[in-house]
Amino acid sequence: MDNANDANNAPEQDDPIKGVGCARKRKEDARFIQGKGNYVDDIKMPGMLFADMVRSPYAHARIKSINKEKALALPGVHAVLTADDLKPLNLHWMPTLAGDVQAVLADEKVHFQYQEVAVVVADNRYIAADAIELVEVEYEELPVLVDAHKAMDDDAPILREDLVGKMDGAHSKRVHDNHIFNWQAGDKDATDRVFEQAEVTVKQDMYYPRVHPSPLETCGCVASFDKVNEHLTVYITSQAPHVVRTVVSMLSGIPESKVRIVSPDIGGGFGNKVGVYPGYVVSIVASIVLGVPVKWVENRMEHLSTTAFARDYHMTGEIAADSDGRIKALRVNVLADHGAFDACADPSKFPAGLMHICTGSYDVPVAHLNVDGVYTNKAPGGVAYRCSFRVTEAVYVIERTMDVLAQKLGIDKAEIRRRNFIKAEQFPYQTALGWEIDSGDYHTALEKVLEACDYEGLRREQQEKREKGELMGIGLVTFTEIVGAGPTRNCDILGVGMFDSAEIRVHPTGSVIARMGTITQGQGHQTTYAQIIASELGIPSDEISIEEGDTDTAPYGLGTYGSRSTPVGGAATAVAARKIRAKAQKIAAHLLEVSEQDLEWDVDRFKVKGVPGQEKTMKEIAWAAYNDRPEGMEPGLEAVDYYDPPNFTYPFGTYLCVVDIDKYTGVTKVRRFYALDDCGTRINPMIIEGQIHGGLNEGFAVAMGQELPFDEQGNILGNTLMDYFIPTFVETPKWETDYTVTPSPHHPIGAKGVAESPHVGSIPTFTSAIVDAFSHLGTTHLDMPHNAFRLWQHIRELGLDKRTG
Amino acid sequence: MAKHHISFNLNGKPVEALVEPRELLVHTIRENIQLTGTHIGCETSHCGVCTVDLNGKSVKSCTVLAVQADGGDVLTVEGLATAEGLHAVQQAFVEEHGLQCGFCTPAMLVRAYRFLQDNPDPSEDEIRWGMSGNLCRCTGYQNIIKAVQSAAKKLQQA
Ligand code: FES
Ligand code: FES
Repeated sequence: MDNANDANNAPEQDDPIKGVGCARKRKEDARFIQGKGNYVDDIKMPGMLFADMVRSPYAHARIKSINKEKALALPGVHAVLTADDLKPLNLHWMPTLAGDVQAVLADEKVHFQYQEVAVVVADNRYIAADAIELVEVEYEELPVLVDAHKAMDDDAPILREDLVGKMDGAHSKRVHDNHIFNWQAGDKDATDRVFEQAEVTVKQDMYYPRVHPSPLETCGCVASFDKVNEHLTVYITSQAPHVVRTVVSMLSGIPESKVRIVSPDIGGGFGNKVGVYPGYVVSIVASIVLGVPVKWVENRMEHLSTTAFARDYHMTGEIAADSDGRIKALRVNVLADHGAFDACADPSKFPAGLMHICTGSYDVPVAHLNVDGVYTNKAPGGVAYRCSFRVTEAVYVIERTMDVLAQKLGIDKAEIRRRNFIKAEQFPYQTALGWEIDSGDYHTALEKVLEACDYEGLRREQQEKREKGELMGIGLVTFTEIVGAGPTRNCDILGVGMFDSAEIRVHPTGSVIARMGTITQGQGHQTTYAQIIASELGIPSDEISIEEGDTDTAPYGLGTYGSRSTPVGGAATAVAARKIRAKAQKIAAHLLEVSEQDLEWDVDRFKVKGVPGQEKTMKEIAWAAYNDRPEGMEPGLEAVDYYDPPNFTYPFGTYLCVVDIDKYTGVTKVRRFYALDDCGTRINPMIIEGQIHGGLNEGFAVAMGQELPFDEQGNILGNTLMDYFIPTFVETPKWETDYTVTPSPHHPIGAKGVAESPHVGSIPTFTSAIVDAFSHLGTTHLDMPHNAFRLWQHIRELGLDKRTG
Repeated sequence: MAKHHISFNLNGKPVEALVEPRELLVHTIRENIQLTGTHIGCETSHCGVCTVDLNGKSVKSCTVLAVQADGGDVLTVEGLATAEGLHAVQQAFVEEHGLQCGFCTPAMLVRAYRFLQDNPDPSEDEIRWGMSGNLCRCTGYQNIIKAVQSAAKKLQQA
């Protein structure tokens, strides 16, 4: 384990090859700062038409009739398509990533407000918008199911008529027509037994609200079918272009070799752009039918209302412990609201994602997790919003329940964590729910943060403030993530194992082009992948071009989400580069007329051991690879690697937050936020810090304001930026970052992935701080979002806002 | 719908367009004139990714009609760099890692450019308020603030 202030923060000018550890400036920036990015809505093709959606005003209704006449009569309108038009192609329903099906266009019934009912294709977006107003749809309203807790009641309205009587679900038996699955991990009986005999038990219900990743660029695509060559090209805002190609080929029957998916520049993804949405499918169909390119780009309201939400977990955390606060067992129950179609983006075998990382950073002897998924009249989704699959939920439930335990026993929340941490010498550590945590050093991280923030001093200050009747809270979280899905033995999406890939070619003059199966959405892959290759091959990263996102050229990969690019794509990159170096060594031996074993690698060259001056640089070797190579060796210098990770990686961190809450208004001021992250080997400290700032801010957004609530009729409330909280410069706190380095033992360069930790870790930290401000008054938990109104209500309940004198 | 013939200066060059009265300036710039650095994120004046400079003021071009720009002066991100090179705000965003996905960046830059004209030596608080019409989902703003501060210094030295 290293500390901060080490050489792992090399400024650019100190590292001629700009390899791993260098704060290299980003290669991506030049185009973005000059307005030369190429996002999906920037793509314009000859003859291109625009698609726009007719959407349901009701959350649950039968479609009695659809009349397209008036819309079709509007000049400039080329087509109006409904489910009936898609039926002959068998494209009115599509498979979801979770083993369910989803209506592409509503088939006889709508299941959520804003569901896609018909698509209009017109000359431009203005005419398309006019035309959707002219499509006449007659509905018959049906009873609406909004409350997930009532989904499995005997008298609950049945949502999915297509599934009635089909009780073999994709993941388990279904026990009710609105039930999707039951999924369990751990040992229920053993856990229950420990709870029965435990000295102390705590139990806390908590709701993790439905939120939305809401990147600034909404989802969209341009589909272009070339009738002559029967070739389909789709430009699409996708975090997983190769998977999209496979899905499109399977749905359309077009051979995968004749489908090209291109993810151009993507204006943020955060999990929202993993799935396949009806808008994509209808654009493709429209392009095939009309023979011209068709663009569809959703607006913000459509985005917030229909394309992949996140969370919506009703959770109960229970801990059994001894009177010293040492955990004996953990029990977690979840009711998961998946909306009207199960379109969760999780590895197929895990319908609750990696929720079973919920034992956290702690040595938990036995545990049990039970998850039930249900249908409601809400939009489908359930993606990982800047986190690995359901890891934010897992970290939230364990960290909250730990605080509740500490409070019950009167033990400080830092101390209770200290007592329960998995110790540095216990790694690799087998968790009670089946994971093997690769490496960690939790005690060091915690102590470093406590010292940096003068935790004792903060507690003293809080005591003084409490005596004066002021509300100050200190939040503390020590999280462990699980990222980098994942080993193909247990991770697949639609049957495709979750490996990832890299293909590297060294040109005769020693510059490089490399392509990966992942796709950057702001993480800076063009910069950081080049640094990995630079360190492995000794070729300056400025001479290494990185390309991703075009399925015609890039090797097949599962894409970028769940912090998997560095753990999986980065590993593939390092391994492919090592294959090249191994060949280079043979060539060097040939050129220097020595045996391979006589050579040693030094930054950018092979040297003959003990013979100064006898050496060949990588550039010289590259030239020789095409001209002067050993007998029998094939020419060229390139390699491909499809990397199947042996395990996930487990980044961790300690976060501390200090808040002051105004007891008359409920307004919270985040006075301090200190984030220490350990993501193993650090590839580019500048980019890591940027990723952490961004993740913290998205965590702040979720904890303090984001939610997508529904009224009893199933109307979505809060689906505009007027209501949906995205912090501006003004609300956003100042971030302080720190780090330790505990490399992953199984990753080729020891890196673990980082961009999601700050989101996962910060959310419970904010809740911990807010609750802490009231903990002396008996408050054990408050549900998010912690906006001023909700806090003011709590303050009123406690009677704290009475002005005296 | 009858179209209007409008002309205005875009990044110092005269341009003309035939637009419906309802056409939004952002669409004219992006689709008609085909400068796509100015983006669309909400069309409701909240996100700011469509920010351009109109007659010396920052405006959200998703809520300005193209006809309102008739006879005016419009600056977009494409007009920031000159023959001498990048503008100080552009350089500073690279140096301070003030961008990630880049979607908010062009508008951020155009806003930073105008903000620093109006307030050449801003405090951090003034930057936070002055830039708050532009959202960013990626950066957590901290490095953008640094970038604006460093651009301010550079511009003052110039
Ligand atoms: S698109 Fe203009 S403010 Fe969002
Ligand atoms: S850099 Fe992505 S929104 Fe700002």
